[in-house]
Amino acid sequence: MEQAFKTVGKPVRKKDAMQLLLGKPAYVDDITPANALVVKVLRSPHAHAWIEGIKKDTALKVPGIVGIYTYEDVPQKRFTMAGQTYPEPSPYDRLLLDQRVRFVGDAVAIVAGETEKAVDKALRMIKVQYQVLEPVLDFRTAKDNPILVHPEDNWKALCEVGADNRRNLCASEESGDGDVDAVFADCEEIVEHSYHVKACQQAMMETFRTYTEIDRYGRLHVISSTQIVFHCRRIIANALDIPKSMVRVEKPRIGGGFGAKQTVVAEVYPAFVTWKTKRPAKMIYSRKECQTAGSPRHEMEVHVKLGASKEGKIRALELYTLSNTGAYGEHGPTTVGLSGHKSIPLYTGGLEAHRFRYDVVYTNVQSAGAYRGYGATQGLFALESAVNELAERLHMDPLKLREKNIVREGMVMPAYYGETANACALDRCIARCRELFHWEEKAPVRDMGNGKVRTAGVALAMQGSCISGLDVGSATVKLGDEGFYNLIIGAADMGTGCDTILAQMAAECLECPVEEIQVFGADTDASPYDSGSYASSTTYITGKAVETACEELKGNLCKIAAGMMGCADTDVEFTGDGVRRLDGSGFVTRSEIAQKSMAFNQIPAQTTATHTSPVSPPPYMVGMVEIELDKETGKVEVLDYTAVVDCGTPVNPNLARIQTEGGLVQGIGMALYENVTYQPSGKISENSLMQYKIPTRLDMGHLQVEFESSYEPTGPFGAKSIGEIVINTPAPALAHAIYKATGVWHRTLPITPEKILMGLEDE
Amino acid sequence: MEIKLTLNGKAVAAAVEPDLLLLDFVRAQGCYSVKRGCETANCGLCTVLMDGKPVLSCSVLAARASGHEIWTLEGLQEEAEEFVGFIADQGAEQCGFCNPGFVMNTIALLRENPEPSDEEIKAFLSGNLCRCSGYEGQLRGIRAYLDWKKGVREDGTGL
Repeated sequence: MEQAFKTVGKPVRKKDAMQLLLGKPAYVDDITPANALVVKVLRSPHAHAWIEGIKKDTALKVPGIVGIYTYEDVPQKRFTMAGQTYPEPSPYDRLLLDQRVRFVGDAVAIVAGETEKAVDKALRMIKVQYQVLEPVLDFRTAKDNPILVHPEDNWKALCEVGADNRRNLCASEESGDGDVDAVFADCEEIVEHSYHVKACQQAMMETFRTYTEIDRYGRLHVISSTQIVFHCRRIIANALDIPKSMVRVEKPRIGGGFGAKQTVVAEVYPAFVTWKTKRPAKMIYSRKECQTAGSPRHEMEVHVKLGASKEGKIRALELYTLSNTGAYGEHGPTTVGLSGHKSIPLYTGGLEAHRFRYDVVYTNVQSAGAYRGYGATQGLFALESAVNELAERLHMDPLKLREKNIVREGMVMPAYYGETANACALDRCIARCRELFHWEEKAPVRDMGNGKVRTAGVALAMQGSCISGLDVGSATVKLGDEGFYNLIIGAADMGTGCDTILAQMAAECLECPVEEIQVFGADTDASPYDSGSYASSTTYITGKAVETACEELKGNLCKIAAGMMGCADTDVEFTGDGVRRLDGSGFVTRSEIAQKSMAFNQIPAQTTATHTSPVSPPPYMVGMVEIELDKETGKVEVLDYTAVVDCGTPVNPNLARIQTEGGLVQGIGMALYENVTYQPSGKISENSLMQYKIPTRLDMGHLQVEFESSYEPTGPFGAKSIGEIVINTPAPALAHAIYKATGVWHRTLPITPEKILMGLEDE
Repeated sequence: MEIKLTLNGKAVAAAVEPDLLLLDFVRAQGCYSVKRGCETANCGLCTVLMDGKPVLSCSVLAARASGHEIWTLEGLQEEAEEFVGFIADQGAEQCGFCNPGFVMNTIALLRENPEPSDEEIKAFLSGNLCRCSGYEGQLRGIRAYLDWKKGVREDGTGL
């Protein structure tokens, strides 16, 4: 199936690389006017309270203050900030400003002023009278708790997701296949535990930020650091209760997203100010706001029950996930599904039955959102830990155990919507990683003297390549003067390099150098519709749209050229440089076709194609980590991390490798240091990068990444996805290695030196 | 208050508030490469050179820079261009938001230690956070540049 490609599969430089490396203005705050109104939000100090009154008259007198808005000033239609396709699975549970505040950091008032100093002063002078209410802070007691996070009558779930605001339920579901209880009853080995992952932060280097202005047509023009321009347009219009037609959203370069910017976090506040005042406005989130009023990972506790034969055949799996969506339901009903749907299918091999249940609950903590891995990360930490525990219990090599049970190419996956694994090199990934990592040498526990031991751990992972049956990607390809091409997309390059890999695909189809493809995106007025860059979908979905658009464009260029040469369009072929007559008697260059297309011509030299997919082919990977653990201090040093990934065809091996390395290091941070703890008031302690420790250059050891490619027949050039899967292996692989070094399974992240030393859980 | 300093080789005089941070001052002067990533001097994004030494401009008052020489990436384009292409060849710029701070600190490193070991590179740049790349590709890029540079020195061709 694999073909030789000219541009696809090559490590070309990212189109924006030199601009970014040389520090050219590219981001929201670099390219928008500095004299816009400064917008900030007054935030609740209480986890749960009812606002009895807000005194803003003295604050309004601060010189330079232009407006202070409270719950009395905003539309009363609830909406969701989750960037999802309409009708969103996330309940409509938000107002721009609400009389009930639901977490420490919830928005109380919007302040707009000429300078930051004036706004800061006004924020201090607003007097709010709160009726402090008892919060629901423990997600384990939230369901059917008499205290309701959303008691309001106009709370609304648009989709059947098992939500019930009268029970603090954001979603609930049960699915399965086969008689799980009967198979468990027949299993010789049962591993059963709960695993806890916290509300980790994406911690992208550029915090949330948005600039808004009224444009020359009187419409609201939004320039935002967002992954989802089209969803953002709808959400802003919903929040302001204005027609969608009055909003235009574009994104410049984005300083990292990782899913955080799949939620409309900052946009609505300056948008509201601009709509009210008709003046340009800008909101730049502080790092503290990012940490405490952002859109982090859903805290989940995943209960796994694994049934196996004593020979190590995994026969039955049951997962129950309790997910904490926090104060609002953004991505609550959907992230949780991946904890089972993107973990259980890994063991399709001999699985006879499975059951997957979940509840997603509201609590009075920061609302969660989308973060790379999107629930699969939490599910895989649980399931892979349980599988490693089975291996240890059976005294079996964990790789051999995997080989007995994993999904293989051609298998139907009952736990993955009945999809077939058309492209699956997981077996080859394991074999290659074993060899590359030197598993046999590194796996045994080795006493290094001086209280330190070395050993290794392993984990597998999968993800999807889109939301099947839903995501839509589009691309427009246009021939311009001198024969260059514009590629116009609605997907959002957030540093990942999608502008470049999509240009590579266009260059492959159009048989030209990638430099001749100029990419533009994304802008709701100018780009063709795209759901946005999330759910690992851009390569797989938008990539296919690019391929189709290019094929259609080639057809049109042949028609124009045939007209120029006075022959039928069946008598010509596209050569990349131009169009030739099949009999060799004529040739017109791309430049000539471009020129002709602009004079007395009615055949479009531009085409738009749209793609969607009924399936979401999983990428697969294996990760192996070698650690050195200091038994006297509990410190874990990551020495080597080796990963082998099957993402289908790596469209750009450099960018795929960097995605993998970046994901591994984020995963290492989540596993070992990145903690989220709440004070008794419900306030988050880790509200800066001082307390929330993300890995530095000294923390990740040596990374080694290789690809074992399968060829996905439904993907562009055989490609699947890479963006999310890469964060999933470090937590279970590290927990495995730490168990081997200490004899203690850690089932709550992060696994800090203190916990290792004490040998106990902080449940 | 009035301050006078040299910014990217040019004399600048300005009236500033006493509590204005150097970071906000240089951005107001059009040096948009200088980024804010945190409020706690943890991320390294706002690194500039003050009298040739790397400093976090979020932790220096503009007033304190008076009488000093400040360089941002805007003023060191040629010096940066010599090595950043090697990082681009790894795809390790990624979102790019951390790039200017990390490039500035790399300039400081290479001026101080033209032939650093991998461990020296990691240690010198450890205050420059990056959330996208996982760091390994940036190291590969700098290493590739150093190897190229060594080739240039040894055989004069760079090949």
